Amino acid sequence: MDAQLGAKVREIAALASGAKLSRLQWIGIAVAIAVGLIVPLLVSDYRTFQFTLVLVYAMAVLGLNILTGFNGQFSLGHSAFFAIGAYTAAIMMDHWEIAYYWTLPAAGVVCLIAGFLFGLPALRLEGLYLALATFALSIATPPLLKYDHLSEWTGGVQGVVITKPDAPFGLQISQDNWLYYFTFVVLLVLYFCAWNLLRGRTGRALKAIRDNPIAAQAMGINTALYKSLTFGVSALYTGVAGALGAIAIQFVAPDSFTFFLSVAILVGMVIGGIGSIPGSIFGGIVIVFVPNVAEQISKAAPWAVYGTLLILCMYFMPLGIWGFIRMGYARLTRRRKAD
Amino acid sequence: MMLNRRNFAVSAAAMAIALAYGPAGAAGKYDPGASDTEIKIGNTNPYSGPASAYGTIGKAIAAYWKMVNDNGGINGRKINFISLDDSYSPPKTVEQTRKLVEQERVLLDFQPLGTPTNTAIHKYMNAKKVPQLFVATGAGKWGQPKKYPWTMGWQPAYPGEAKIYASYLLNNKPDAKVAILYQNDDYGKDYLNGFIAGLGAKAKTMIVAKESYETSDPTVDPQVIKLKASGADVFFNITTPKFAAQAIRKVYDLGWQPLHFLNNVSTSVGGVLKPAGLEKSVGLITTAYLKEATDPQWANDADMKAWNAWMDKYLPGGDKSSSFNVYGYAVSATMHEVLKRAGDNLTRANIMKQAASLKGLKVPLLLPGITVDTSPTDFYPIECARLAKFDGHKWQLVGDVLCPKK
Amino acid sequence: MEFFLQQLFSGLAFGGVYACMALAVVMIYQATDHLNFAQGEMAMFSTYIAYTLISHGVPYWWTFLLAMAISFVGGVMIERIIVRPVEGTSVLNEVIVFIGLLTIFNSLAGWIWEYTIKPFPSPFPKDPLFGNTFVGTHDLGVIGVTLVVLFGVFLFFRYTPIGLAMRAAAQDPASARLVGIRVGWMLALGWGLAAAIGAVAGILVAPIVFLEPNMMGSILLYGFAGALLGGITNPAGAVFGGFAVGVLETLIGAYVSFIGSELKLTVALVLIIAVLVFRPSGLFGRVVVKRV
Repeated sequence: MDAQLGAKVREIAALASGAKLSRLQWIGIAVAIAVGLIVPLLVSDYRTFQFTLVLVYAMAVLGLNILTGFNGQFSLGHSAFFAIGAYTAAIMMDHWEIAYYWTLPAAGVVCLIAGFLFGLPALRLEGLYLALATFALSIATPPLLKYDHLSEWTGGVQGVVITKPDAPFGLQISQDNWLYYFTFVVLLVLYFCAWNLLRGRTGRALKAIRDNPIAAQAMGINTALYKSLTFGVSALYTGVAGALGAIAIQFVAPDSFTFFLSVAILVGMVIGGIGSIPGSIFGGIVIVFVPNVAEQISKAAPWAVYGTLLILCMYFMPLGIWGFIRMGYARLTRRRKAD
Repeated sequence: MMLNRRNFAVSAAAMAIALAYGPAGAAGKYDPGASDTEIKIGNTNPYSGPASAYGTIGKAIAAYWKMVNDNGGINGRKINFISLDDSYSPPKTVEQTRKLVEQERVLLDFQPLGTPTNTAIHKYMNAKKVPQLFVATGAGKWGQPKKYPWTMGWQPAYPGEAKIYASYLLNNKPDAKVAILYQNDDYGKDYLNGFIAGLGAKAKTMIVAKESYETSDPTVDPQVIKLKASGADVFFNITTPKFAAQAIRKVYDLGWQPLHFLNNVSTSVGGVLKPAGLEKSVGLITTAYLKEATDPQWANDADMKAWNAWMDKYLPGGDKSSSFNVYGYAVSATMHEVLKRAGDNLTRANIMKQAASLKGLKVPLLLPGITVDTSPTDFYPIECARLAKFDGHKWQLVGDVLCPKK
Repeated sequence: MEFFLQQLFSGLAFGGVYACMALAVVMIYQATDHLNFAQGEMAMFSTYIAYTLISHGVPYWWTFLLAMAISFVGGVMIERIIVRPVEGTSVLNEVIVFIGLLTIFNSLAGWIWEYTIKPFPSPFPKDPLFGNTFVGTHDLGVIGVTLVVLFGVFLFFRYTPIGLAMRAAAQDPASARLVGIRVGWMLALGWGLAAAIGAVAGILVAPIVFLEPNMMGSILLYGFAGALLGGITNPAGAVFGGFAVGVLETLIGAYVSFIGSELKLTVALVLIIAVLVFRPSGLFGRVVVKRV
C-alpha cells in the first residue's frame, strides 16, 4: 500500500513538474489564467479580497511544497517566514514610506537569507528533529516580534497598521481589484519560476535528495548546498506571500503569526496535493474556505467540524485534491480507451 | 426594563405611531441593515482556536438578542444578530468583518472581541463609516472621537484602572515596593504603562520587579517565585483568569503576603477565586464595575434575578460562574438602549449620535453608583469603578466610586 | 538557596508532567513510528472524564484507575476506527489526521464542559512535607508517580509476553507477523497505553495548572521536546528529557536576566536543538544505522 501510493505521488509530482507540457495541460493553464482574470469582474469586492487571500496562501503553500513535497524536508516553521515577509513590508511602508511593490523583492531577499541561514544547521536534522527545530522557530516568532528592544521597528505588541495601495495610472478599479490583479501577476511569475526550477536539473537533484540522499550524494549532488538553498527558496516564496498578505490585511501583529498559521499552511499543502504546483492553489482555497464552511455547519464547536473535514479529506483524497482530480481524470480516460 | 420616564414616553410614542400607521408606514430612515422589520447586527468572536474561552461572550450576546426578539424586538423590529468566528486571528477578523459589512450588510458591528483584532479593522470601519460599537477590549485607544468617530469602547479602559491602583498606592503606601506580573501582549502592556504613568516620577523607585508570561506558558509559578524574591510588598497581578488563579495560589503557598492588586479581568469568584482557593484569596484588592454573579450579596438583587432567569431560559447549561455571561448581558443591554433611542431613525450616523449621548445611563448589572456616560467628545462609556476587597466570601466594596484622572 | 530550590522543584514538578507526556509520545512512536499531535488533547479529554467521575462522587483512586481504563479503551478505538484507514499512506497524511483529532477534542471539550477553569483535586496532603517552603507535596507526588509509571513501563516491556510482542511488532513487523503476532492489534495496544499514560499526565498536571480545554497544548510540546532530547527510542531517556526540559526552562527564566521570562521557551528550544545537532538521536537514543 505504502510503496504503491508513494510511487503514485512521485509519478504525479513528476507529471506536474514535467519537462514538457501536454496539450491538455496547456489548455488547463490557459483556462485557469482566464478564470483568474475574470473572477474579480464577476464578484463583489469582499469576495475579491477573499480570493486575494487565497492567492497569498497559495504562494505560501507552494513555498512549503518546494521544501516538503519536492525536497522531503519537513517544516512547522513557515509561519516565521510569513511573518518576516509581512513585517519587512510593513516596516518599509510605515517607517520609510517605500512603495508597496518594492517591499516584495526586499521581503523575498530577507527571507531567502533567513531561510538559507536556518537551513544550514537544520542540515544535520532529519524528520522529527527537523520538525522540532522548525517548530521552535514558529514558537519563537511571536515573542521575538514583541521583544522590547525591537519594538521601535515592529511596533511591539501593537503591531503596525499600513495603508492599502490605490490602483495606479488612474485606473478606475477598486483597491481590492487592483490588489487582486497585482497578487495574481506576482503569483504567475512565482509559479512560472517554480515550474522552471523544478522541472530541470535542479528539480531532479531535489527529488533525488528526497528519495535517496546517499545515492544523490554519490552521484555528485552537493546535498548540503541544495538542501539549504531549498530552504532559502521556500522561505522566499513564503516571505513574498507574507508581504502581500500584510498589504491585503493592512495590519501586522504578533498574534497573526502563531504556530497555527504553520499548521494551516501544512494542512493546505497536504489537502491541496503534496509535491504538486497546481495543488498549491487548492491549498490556498482550503486555508481560506474550510474554516468558514466549518463555522457554517456548527457555531458551537467549529473546530470539531474542521477536524472532521480534515480527516474525511484524508480518507477520500489521500493524494490531496489535485491527486484526486488527476486520478479521476486518469480513470475517465482509461474507461474511454477501453470503450 | 431600565427605562427612565422620558425614554419610556418617547418609545411609547414611537410605538403608538407604529401602531397607528402599521409596519408598512413606519417611514423610518434606514441605512443598510435596517428595515421596518429587522435590524442586522454583526459581530466577530473567537469560537475556535486557543482563545475560544472568550466565545462565551458571543454566545451570551446571541442569547440576549433572542430574549429581546421573544419579547417583541426593539420598536417592533427583530434583531438579526450575525456572529462570525475569527479565531482571534487579525487576518480572519478582517475577512469576517468585510463579510459582515459588504455581504451581510449589517447596520453596525457590535462587540467585536480582542485588541489586535479590533486594531486590524479600526481603519476599515471608519473608512466605511460603519459603527464599531462597544468593542470588547479595554485598550485605551478606542475613545478617539476626532480621529475615529465610528469606534467606541465600553468597559473601563485598562490604563485608567491601573491608574486607580497607582493613586491608591501613592495615597496609602507611598514607600511601597511593587512587583508586577503581566501578560506579554497589548492588554498587559496597557495596564503596565497606565500603572507607570499613574505613579509618575515615583515609578522608577517603587517598581522593583516585573515579569511577563506568554499565553502559551503552562504556568506562571516560576515568575511568581522570582517576584517574591525581589522583596516586594505589593503585587500587581495583570493576568487572565487561568494565570490569575495560578498566581494567587502560588503567592499564598510561598508564604508571601503582599498587598495584592488583581486586575478586573480576573475577578470572577466562581471562575478564578474558587479554583485558586477562597481562603487563599482573602485580602485581594480589585476595581469592580459589574456585579459578580456568584457573589452572595447580590442574591436578592432584582437585576441579578432577571439575569438568572435569562440564563435558565436562554442559556440552559451555561456556566453561571463565568463573568463573561454577566458581561455579555450588560453590554447588550447598553446596545439595546441605544437602538431603542435611535427609534425609527436607524441610520449609522444616528446610532453613533445616540451612543455618544448617553447621560447617567443605568445599565443592569453595573455596580451601584456606576453609570454609562458619553458625549460627542467622550467615547469612554464606563470610566469609573469601585475598589473592592475580597473577604473570603465576596467582594466587599470599599469607599466611593473612583474615576481615574485624565 | 531557598530561591534556587523553589525554582528547581517547580521545574522538576513540571518536568515530571512533561516526562509523562514524553513517555506517552514514546509509546506511540515505538509502536507506529509517528508523533501523535493529538496526544495532549486526548490527555486533556481523559482528565475531563476523570473530573466528571469525581464530581459524581467516585473516590479519587478509583477515578484514577477508571480514567486510565477508559482512556486505554478510547485510545485503542481511535486507532482501530479513525487512524487505521490512513495508516501507511504517508507520514503527512497521518499528521493531518492527528491535527484533525486535536481540533476535534479541543472543541468538544469546550462545548461539553465550557471554558471556565476548573479546580482538580490532588490526592496528596495540602501542607508541604516537614513544613518546608520550597516544594509542595503535590509537586513531589508528581515526580514520584512519573517514576512509578516509568518503572511500570519498563516491567511491561521487559517481562510480559505482550510487551515483547509489541516490541517485536514495532521493530520488525514482517517477521513478527510470521511468528503469529497480530501487528495491527499491537499498534492499537500502543495507542491505548499511550492514552492511559497521557491520562496520568493530565490528572497530575490539572491540580497545578487548572483544568481547561487548552491545558495540554504547550505541555505536549514540551513533552515532544523532552522525548526528542532524551531519545525517542528510549523510555527512560524520554523521562530524563522531560525533567531536563522542565528544569532548563525554569532556571533560564530565573537566572538569565537578559532573556527573562519572555524568551525562556525560545532559548530552551534553541539549546535542545543545539544538543540535537551534535547528538542527532538524542542523548540516550539508539543510533539508527542506515543500510545503503
